[in-house]
Amino acid sequence: MSDSAAKPRPQFRNINITQIARYRLPLAGKVSILHRVSGFALFLALPLVLLPLFERSLISEIGFAQFHDFVSHPLVKIVLLGLIWAYLHHFCAGIRFLALDLHKGLEKHTAQRTAGIVLVVSLALTVVFGLKLFGVF
Amino acid sequence: MSAPQNIGPKRLVVGAHYGVKDWILQRITAVILVVYTLVLGIGALVTPEFTYENWVRLFNFEVLSFPLGKLLAMLAFLSLAYHAWIGVRDIWMDYVKPTGIRLALQVLTVLWLVGSVVYAAQILWRI
Repeated sequence: MSDSAAKPRPQFRNINITQIARYRLPLAGKVSILHRVSGFALFLALPLVLLPLFERSLISEIGFAQFHDFVSHPLVKIVLLGLIWAYLHHFCAGIRFLALDLHKGLEKHTAQRTAGIVLVVSLALTVVFGLKLFGVF
Repeated sequence: MSAPQNIGPKRLVVGAHYGVKDWILQRITAVILVVYTLVLGIGALVTPEFTYENWVRLFNFEVLSFPLGKLLAMLAFLSLAYHAWIGVRDIWMDYVKPTGIRLALQVLTVLWLVGSVVYAAQILWRI
């Protein structure tokens, strides 16, 4: 009895954003927080990067050529590659979450495996799009 | 005696119910965006060459002079905006505790997204 009085019971509360770096998250946790990070990045980029590029590319033949020139700058390509990864990760992780909502793949090891698949598939697709973006094929 | 509809097994169930509505709508808009992404992706794959005309046609095709391409793109943008609103609102609710700052961020989020929708509509209807 004196033991429990001396040692306060540990409390586990919601993880704050400042604590994330110190947590050793399981794969599913990494997929989850990256889903949030990628979604927020896309939210910020939408009217700042994505819609202006979309507008340039559609407005006219000249605009399309300007879009091409702008996108061929290496710095722009790196930003775009980041956004491509964000979209692909959000897409793949989102499909996994939809499946989990339907109670598919809830079993611990299955959930762990699908989390790994999401990370690998989104990165592999990013590499494919990246090679295309940097003109390898 | 007929029981009222809003009584749970143990207690009276009350509330605005916007939590579960938003939860479902976030998933419905997600499915819409997956479908639209796949439609665009397949459209891009069957396009022989990345030229201006082919690019425009992905968003500006008509069926019996009905602007279906623009309409689908606009519906996808509206889904995206609502999906992003729920997601970003959840981020503010999780990490920003002072009510005033949270409210200000939520208002800015709505303005950001409504502005984006107007911008997108303006882009599509100028093609």
